[in-house]
Amino acid sequence: MAAHSAVLSMSKIFNPFWGGRFGNTVKVFGTTLTSHRNRSSRNPPPAKYGGRHTVTLIPGDGIGPDLLNHVREVFRFSCVPVDFEVVHVNSADESEDDINNAIMAIRRNGVALKGNIETIHTMAPSVKSRNNLLRTNLDLYANVMHCQSLPAVQTRHKNIDIMIIRENTEGEYSSLEHESVSGVVECLKIITRTNSLRIADYAFKLAREKGRSRVTAVHKANIMKLGDGLFLQCCREVASGYPDITFDSMIVDNTTMQLVSKPQQFDVMVMPNLYGNVVSNVCAGLVGGALVPGANYGLNYAVFETATRNTGKSIAGKNIANPTAMLLAGCMMLDHLKLYDYATMIRNAILSTMNETRLHTADIGGQGTTSEVVQSIMRNIQSKGPLISER
Amino acid sequence: MAGKAWRSTIFNLLRQWGLSINGKDNIEAQEVSRVVGALRTESPQPRTYVRGIHTVTLIPGDGIGPEISSAVMKIFEAAKAPIQWEERNVTAIKGPGGKWMIPPDAKESMDRNKIGLKGPLKTPIAAGHPSMNLLLRKTFDLYANVRPCVSIEGYKTPYTDVNLVTIRENTEGEYSGIEHVIVDGVVQSIKLITEQASQRIAEYAFEYARNNQRASVTAVHKANIMRMSDGLFLRKCREAAEKHKDVKFTEMYLDTVCLNMVQDPTQFDVLVMPNLYGDILSDLCAGLIGGLGVTPSGNIGANGVAIFESVHGTAPDIAGKDMANPTALLLSAVMMLRHMGLHGHAKKIEAACFDIIRDKKVLTKDLGGNSKCSEFTEAICQRVLDLD
Repeated sequence: MAAHSAVLSMSKIFNPFWGGRFGNTVKVFGTTLTSHRNRSSRNPPPAKYGGRHTVTLIPGDGIGPDLLNHVREVFRFSCVPVDFEVVHVNSADESEDDINNAIMAIRRNGVALKGNIETIHTMAPSVKSRNNLLRTNLDLYANVMHCQSLPAVQTRHKNIDIMIIRENTEGEYSSLEHESVSGVVECLKIITRTNSLRIADYAFKLAREKGRSRVTAVHKANIMKLGDGLFLQCCREVASGYPDITFDSMIVDNTTMQLVSKPQQFDVMVMPNLYGNVVSNVCAGLVGGALVPGANYGLNYAVFETATRNTGKSIAGKNIANPTAMLLAGCMMLDHLKLYDYATMIRNAILSTMNETRLHTADIGGQGTTSEVVQSIMRNIQSKGPLISER
Repeated sequence: MAGKAWRSTIFNLLRQWGLSINGKDNIEAQEVSRVVGALRTESPQPRTYVRGIHTVTLIPGDGIGPEISSAVMKIFEAAKAPIQWEERNVTAIKGPGGKWMIPPDAKESMDRNKIGLKGPLKTPIAAGHPSMNLLLRKTFDLYANVRPCVSIEGYKTPYTDVNLVTIRENTEGEYSGIEHVIVDGVVQSIKLITEQASQRIAEYAFEYARNNQRASVTAVHKANIMRMSDGLFLRKCREAAEKHKDVKFTEMYLDTVCLNMVQDPTQFDVLVMPNLYGDILSDLCAGLIGGLGVTPSGNIGANGVAIFESVHGTAPDIAGKDMANPTALLLSAVMMLRHMGLHGHAKKIEAACFDIIRDKKVLTKDLGGNSKCSEFTEAICQRVLDLD
């Protein structure tokens, strides 16, 4: 253990200069260290080269490239000190070179903004989902999504404010499948104690940081007694260390039923991978659809995207997609890079376009096109932003 | 018993001719039963249909089960539905060999009548035997769980105009129960998808769509992540779609379905999916129309067995106090009538039930009113008589 702490102190000294690189060496000594050190994902990668950050941008498929172009446009307009390193990933390519390039780029820069990469069914099952590969290789273990009702968006439920923390690397998405006999396929769902403790810890820390009072664990432990039972047990263990936060649990089918009838009762929710998929999409739908940004946090890396993670193939290229989610994801990224002023400025512009100007795209009942909404946001930034134009 | 000897002879003959009797082949087990029944000397019709009266096995269940079952029986009597009830109890007993099973008289009654109506069953925590629902499912190979979700006029929810059906594979998938601890701290749960079960459920979904005049079937999956397993499920759905060209077939990711379901449920018609997604989505849809207290459900098994049930709990806190809401069991019974082809009676009882809920004069506590179960039942009986 002395050797471990020695390496830790070494890494603390070298940290400002080497950024995330020493982190990898420390990881070799085991995951137990992770709970003892400061989360370096809270420290953004250093801004070298004149105070400008470099961020990896992965356009993806469908509406991804268009929306990310709009994000770049808005950032350029607002003079945000971020340079984007664009890495293309070809979803039709069977080899994993593209995605490995992207992963290497993210390791270099520490932060990424991405669109969803399509997974084509017709290819062989050995070709795994690119998005999943990215998440597991970079160990982005927590997917965080904050769903809030927006005043100007017409929804059936009001006053929703739910934070969803979803385990992002294991569970049903382990991609471990085999066909034992022709016609009989087994798919393995893996739940480990370390990952469950890790995500529960993250959830409670985040709840405390944001001043939330209640964490609900969503599970199906009545049927999957060992798997979800382990997850629930880990959550309870972590909960005992946070007496100021109430902890309760709910079975996933009851949760979805409650979400569509009384979503206001939920505060923070933590869950394994697949239930997280269902619950986060239900919550996103409750507040209006494609309006929520999502963040994937790992120990050393952070990747930002839309919460609903869809490619939107059917609306690609038609200029009707809603840019809000991607732009808000960009703002979350700016917050992560500690560029709070820029983030607030852009976020306010987006919200005022939505709430005051009421320029909405088709999915929330308006008639605006994507470009119109983006233009309106930029106009807003121009009129309200500080020192943007010389006047 | 003479009946069993007859039956096995016929089965052996058919087997000799290369046709076998199990849900796996193309032979409809119902057809065989009808043929077998026709060969009996007593009557030219199957056993369960004697002189125009269908016999149905009734399992009242626990908690509020007996109250709501008697409510349903009363309403059926008022509607003069040609149903004769055979009450049975399904508390698990330990059979020879130490395996838990349902009482033999219940099994025999179900096998004979083929149609059952079940109230809520208590899941004992420390009784040592698996849940009763699981036992029933295994005993009768109930492979499809069908839940039609239709908005009830008069019971306001934020969602109106919901009209969809979820068909869920009920035997395998994530709920196969195969779990083990690999090393301390690592648990592996196996999700099982087989070609046979997927084919069975896909075929059933399209048959259901055809028989109930539904326009489209949507397969819900996550084949981008679970490539092989959901890939197999999807392939079988596509094959079934090829055989039923009159029904439109689409496939949609689970997350897209969830996202769209809470924004606009009217775009969905029939949904077919594996076990876990089915569990979550069917409860989501139940939530859209008002909860488990008003949602009907049916389980279809091999060999023509069908058990219709109410999916809510036993509600032990209101048991015996005449406060229960029989709507879920009543709508399941209506589903049963439709399954048996008694559409006239089904329509009458359903209309009466919806009318009473719409009138809002006599409603049980969970529907927002103050009346007793017996008053609610009485009102529906009266309305049924009026509709005649």
